[in-house]
Amino acid sequence: MLRFSRTSRWSLMAIVAVVLIFMYAPLSVLILNAFNERQISAWPIPEWSFKWWAVAFESEPIRAALLNSAIVALGAMTIAMLLGSLVAFALSKYEFFGKGTVNLLVVLPIALPGVVTGVAFSNTYSNFLTPAGFQIGYFGMIVAHATFCIVMVFNNVFARLKRMNPSLQEASMDLGEGLWGTFRLVTFPQFRTAFAAGALLAFALSFDEVVVTIFTAPPGVDTLPLWILKEMARPNQASVVNVVATVVIVLSLIPVYVSQRLSRTENEK
Amino acid sequence: MSAIQKAPNRPLSTYLHKRPNTRLVALLALPMTWLVGVYIISLTLLLVTAFWFIDPFTSKVIPGFTLENFVNIFTVPAYFATSMRTLGIAIAVTVVCILFAIPLGIFMAKIARPWVRNLLAVAITLPLWAGYLVKLLAMRLTFTEEGLFNWLMAPFGISGPGFGIPVTILTLAYLWFPYMALPVFTAIRQLPLNLFDASADLGAKGWPTVFRMVLPLITPAIIAGSVFTFSLSLGDYLAARFVGGSTQMIGSIIASNINLNPPVAAAFSMVPIAFVVMYLMVARRTGSLERM
Repeated sequence: MLRFSRTSRWSLMAIVAVVLIFMYAPLSVLILNAFNERQISAWPIPEWSFKWWAVAFESEPIRAALLNSAIVALGAMTIAMLLGSLVAFALSKYEFFGKGTVNLLVVLPIALPGVVTGVAFSNTYSNFLTPAGFQIGYFGMIVAHATFCIVMVFNNVFARLKRMNPSLQEASMDLGEGLWGTFRLVTFPQFRTAFAAGALLAFALSFDEVVVTIFTAPPGVDTLPLWILKEMARPNQASVVNVVATVVIVLSLIPVYVSQRLSRTENEK
Repeated sequence: MSAIQKAPNRPLSTYLHKRPNTRLVALLALPMTWLVGVYIISLTLLLVTAFWFIDPFTSKVIPGFTLENFVNIFTVPAYFATSMRTLGIAIAVTVVCILFAIPLGIFMAKIARPWVRNLLAVAITLPLWAGYLVKLLAMRLTFTEEGLFNWLMAPFGISGPGFGIPVTILTLAYLWFPYMALPVFTAIRQLPLNLFDASADLGAKGWPTVFRMVLPLITPAIIAGSVFTFSLSLGDYLAARFVGGSTQMIGSIIASNINLNPPVAAAFSMVPIAFVVMYLMVARRTGSLERM
């Protein structure tokens, strides 16, 4: 066993406490400031009110941004579900030359800095596609998001496929089912929760993303993070930003929570 | 018998069953077309653009070949200083994350009761999903003039560092800490118990065991975590913009040039790519990427 003196234990605990405070204090300040009556966020909060929630709820730009975020995240999620699962099948069942490279290729879009990915897409769109007479517009944002979301679905599905018993599929084939029937009746029911969990994480990732979006969003189109970014640049509407930020926290935690539940129930079986 | 009769009805299944390579190609065709055709091509085009230049009169991008954009990275003092500053910040963020992740991991894996451990695991994972910009905004609120930090420190007569490089480092560490903490915790938890017994039997107390047994064994996990903390910090520029005062990072130069002078932005994008690819190569060699 690992034994520590009393002092060491207490100092370890102190470090853990510092880490937790460091992680949660700023978020708490933000959420509490969503109920700040004043326009400018501060601490301590002088007066409490729901005023900014009403303002946010009635704001047309915020609604439009929310809609855009949802469309982009759904689009990116759908593409990532298909592509991520395909790669997961290939990498979990086959040994082949270049396997490591394929793996790296899937990880690369989130391993490389967002600004590089964003600039790469933006450069392709505006310096190559546009001169060639092809306006990608809104779809360009979805393409970029889908690219870095693939890894989320891939990770979840791959981990599940790795643990699956291949003899069940073989048995199904021996009993006369074809590839599609085996997939539908045997393989898919075994990994569908991981599939859904990965999809939800992809949705959450896309919903939060800001840097790649800055460079790929067509002019005049805001996602929720882009709207927050613009408001942060001008300090006169600070408290309404906190409301939107709080909503973003909740909206991205719900899919993550559901995703965790999905993974957990399957692991308990 | 029925299986044999059915077989001809499934020509595709029969065909594919005998040909694993065809199946593999069919599986990989679409994802590879996307990742190579969309992403790798875009990165390549970015590299190509880095050799182009801007017409000084029309400020249009002219295809051609010049090394000037790359030479500028090293010869323009402000550019070079920014690259070095960014590298320094990324290393500092990684070090801060490691310094906090190891004690946290040891506490969670070896000292905390199971329910505390589970609670902490959730507590560390949750902020990962709170949203990047939201956390940036939260740190800005905490460290502004009238923020929480100054309010807490006021009784001690301390006023906060203000927006600058230290707060930028702290903010980036705040943003990426879970990426380091989770692999480190998992690695420590997976260390076989009898190794700790052996270490104790050989007379090592807590800290010698940590330094001479735990640390060498969790190095791959630390490297895996550092890939994220390092590369994410290296490419970040919004933290510098919102909590860094006048601090500029590589990303700031890329972002401010992408519309004015795309070739310069493209050339500068190669700096973080070069750093990250070098880092990934090293990480791959240690086998740490399998953990991601």
